[in-house]
Amino acid sequence: MEFLQALINSFPIFIKAAVVTVELTATALVIGTIIGLVIALCKISSRKFLNVIANGYITIIRGTPLIVQIFWIYYGLTSIVVLDGFWAASIALAVHNGAYIAEIFRGGIQSIDRGQMEAARSLGMPYSLAMRRIILPQAFRRIMPPLGNQFIIGLKDSSLAAFVTMEELFNISMRMAASTFKDIQFYSIAGLYYLLLVIIFTFLVNKLENKLSEGSSGVGR
Amino acid sequence: MIKVNNLHKHFGDLHVLKGVDMNVNEQEVVCLIGASGSGKSTFLRCLNFLEKAEGQIWIDGQQIDYKRDDLNDLRQDVGMVFQHFNLFPHRTVLGNVTEAPIYVKGVNRKEAEDEAMVLLDKVGLADKADCYPSELSGGQKQRVAIGRALAMKPKVMLFDEPTSALDPELVGEVLSVMKQLAKEGMTMVVVTHEMGFAKEVGDLVVYMDEGNIVEQAKPDEMFSNPQNQRTQEFLSCIL
Ligand SMILES: Nc1ncnc2c1ncn2[C@@H]1O[C@H](COP(=O)(O)OP(=O)(O)OP(=O)(O)O)[C@@H](O)[C@H]1O
Ligand SMILES: [Mg+2]
Repeated sequence: MEFLQALINSFPIFIKAAVVTVELTATALVIGTIIGLVIALCKISSRKFLNVIANGYITIIRGTPLIVQIFWIYYGLTSIVVLDGFWAASIALAVHNGAYIAEIFRGGIQSIDRGQMEAARSLGMPYSLAMRRIILPQAFRRIMPPLGNQFIIGLKDSSLAAFVTMEELFNISMRMAASTFKDIQFYSIAGLYYLLLVIIFTFLVNKLENKLSEGSSGVGR
Repeated sequence: MIKVNNLHKHFGDLHVLKGVDMNVNEQEVVCLIGASGSGKSTFLRCLNFLEKAEGQIWIDGQQIDYKRDDLNDLRQDVGMVFQHFNLFPHRTVLGNVTEAPIYVKGVNRKEAEDEAMVLLDKVGLADKADCYPSELSGGQKQRVAIGRALAMKPKVMLFDEPTSALDPELVGEVLSVMKQLAKEGMTMVVVTHEMGFAKEVGDLVVYMDEGNIVEQAKPDEMFSNPQNQRTQEFLSCIL
């Protein structure tokens, strides 16, 4: 009962924080998806130096904790350029998710039969056009599930932005907990908001997936 | 139309093509036969520059140089039909045929679709224009693939075992489209073991063995009286 009361009373603060979480996550994931696509294309390129860049990027990002990356950008990059907490956290999250999204894209692209690229090239399509019109649309359908999964991870990982002054869900719950000493209560409320966001997001992804699989049945050869 | 001079291809240590020479005149149909692994597919892929090889290739008087930046334009002159069709599964039959004319040549959609319908009619599939490839039989898929290649108005058509992935009862419909094409004067290089096809429309049969062309002759001569011992052995296996 007390929990319910707290949930209702904290609603105005938490809903504002939830909006910040969504904005932060959306910004990070849009940029992260672009980074991921570029890195994936570098990784499958026939140019050696692009492979090296992609592999180096993925190794470093996957090999270090996200919180360290956030601090690198927040304290490191901000000593060179002016960045507020929002952009520092967005960029760090984008760079971080980009590495994982790159691997998802790469796997998706490589799962498309080689014959598709050959058929496209044999019709006179340049590599980039064949990628854009033939390979990526097919790859995209296949990567929807793992990509959606990574987006959910990204959403929850955005809680680490709390440590660079972003007033998002986790930051707010830390403050509420500290000022009221009701830790369990407020962290649970934060958890509830994340859960709700993930459920809404999953619903949207499923709808999109269904829409994409309409039309051509049996994507494959 | 096609001239190949001393073509070599290596995959790492593997020497797959060992100095292939070939001459295909305009309107000629050349059938390429040979054991599995002898390099037939690799040779066709070289003719379409899908593989880089050493040696000289001329298509319609133009020499292939992999550094040329108009390689994609040259490729449009060479249509290719694959053993496994390689249709685009996310496009309808019509979409498969119009894709390259619209996005490579810049033909406007209406015109491309009209031309595509003519081609689909020719391969007997006009009524399937709005189907997706997954809704077609193997023979129908291959006929769409032929239409798709023809849509770029190539000067040469390459076929890599176009019927060997098909159920026997579907082979005929694909071969008859190819025969029609040959009769209309298309220059063709066909990897096939369909001897009936070779006899009916082939001008030349070329036998490839371990990356070399060891014998070439008119179909009748090749099948009734092969000179080379390897050819004799091979033909006795498949005839
Ligand atoms: N991308 C590749 N990398 C390495 N080796 C290859 C590659 N493609 C083909 N080969 C090898 O080259 C040789 C010739 O292959 P190719 O596919 O040209 O033979 P083929 O005459 O078409 O045989 P089949 O009748 O089985 O289709 C084979 O030994 C094959 O293993
Ligand atoms: Mg082959």
